[in-house]
Amino acid sequence: MDLSSYITIIISTVFINNFILSRFLGLCSFIGVSKNTGPALSMGVAVTFVTTMASIISWLVYYFILAPYHLEYLRTISFILVIASFVQFTEIVIQKRSPALYKIFGIYLPLITVNCAVFGVAILNTDVFFLGGRAVAGSFLKSTLQGFGAGLGYTLAMFLMSTIRERLEYADVPRSLKDIPITFIIASLMSMAFLGFSGFKI
Amino acid sequence: MKLLGEFIKGLWRENPTFRIVLGLCPTLAISTSVFNGIGMGVAATFVLVGSNIFVSLVRNIVPEKVRIPCYIVIIATFVTIADLIMKAYAPLLSRSLGMFVPLIVVNCIVLGRAEAFSSKEPPLKSVMDALGMGVGFTWALVLISAIREGLGNGTILGIPLSSRFDPPLFMVLAPGALLTIGLLIGAMNYFTIKKHSRD
Repeated sequence: MDLSSYITIIISTVFINNFILSRFLGLCSFIGVSKNTGPALSMGVAVTFVTTMASIISWLVYYFILAPYHLEYLRTISFILVIASFVQFTEIVIQKRSPALYKIFGIYLPLITVNCAVFGVAILNTDVFFLGGRAVAGSFLKSTLQGFGAGLGYTLAMFLMSTIRERLEYADVPRSLKDIPITFIIASLMSMAFLGFSGFKI
Repeated sequence: MKLLGEFIKGLWRENPTFRIVLGLCPTLAISTSVFNGIGMGVAATFVLVGSNIFVSLVRNIVPEKVRIPCYIVIIATFVTIADLIMKAYAPLLSRSLGMFVPLIVVNCIVLGRAEAFSSKEPPLKSVMDALGMGVGFTWALVLISAIREGLGNGTILGIPLSSRFDPPLFMVLAPGALLTIGLLIGAMNYFTIKKHSRD
């Protein structure tokens, strides 16, 4: 496996198949937490950490437990349990070890458990990197990178949206479009811009 | 009569998609055709009803602290059932919905109803609530997917609408979905504001 295929994974998950803007994963938090740049970036960092770790953990579960015993149909239950307990565990550790960090990221962690982006990346990894129950070459590193790239793409979209929404506070938006509807319309325009990457061949 | 009320509220007043704005990821991702919309709506309704019954049955047994993991396991079980049934009897639909079938498990509507309603109410009421929410979700999906398929592909349920119309592909792609839901919620707000100012 050469280096270029790994770089391709990162670029494609961040730009071409951006998790929020072209795959629609993690939309709820994208609309909910993107009002200010500070919280949006914190959420982005927290999500990046969890998507990366969730990719690693779900790969281990799938490779060592589910695939060898042909328990693929238990994927949904086992992944959601593993991810939820991992997030809970992280929350407890951060709370004990670093109250300062907990103040910044703590409140976002429970939200992440039911974030579609995290669960989605785990499912996507097994769909793409396990063909017919067998792992493709370098699947562990590829899964991890895809998880990391998904988080980066999420952070990028979050950051862009929050900067726009901060400016939007001063704009004269029609009353019925205020808040959520206008955010969707802006997201649509952003998504259109990201469509420009889709012809991109590496 | 009261039971009927629980059913009706999901259709409009507390519609999960337009009013509470929950469960958007699947709504936007799979609403490229009406066929997908109906399939997703039915699958989500099945999961909602099944998990609401069980959450309601165990509501007095499960300790407060571990209730969320318990609910998630119940929901994941029904999602797995729905996924397997769909793979067996509707393979075409299963393929076009793809990863969004297992993703029903993180659909905020399902966990939201479990937490907000059926963890406090008896099973019969919970079933009505779940059915109402499910039907509300389904009609929202059908509406969005009809707009997108109609404008973006020139067809509804595969039946061509007009031959003199050149459909913009844009509506079937990601931006079209975001634009459609934004304008629909905007339109809904507009009518609500108008109604309030008249009263």
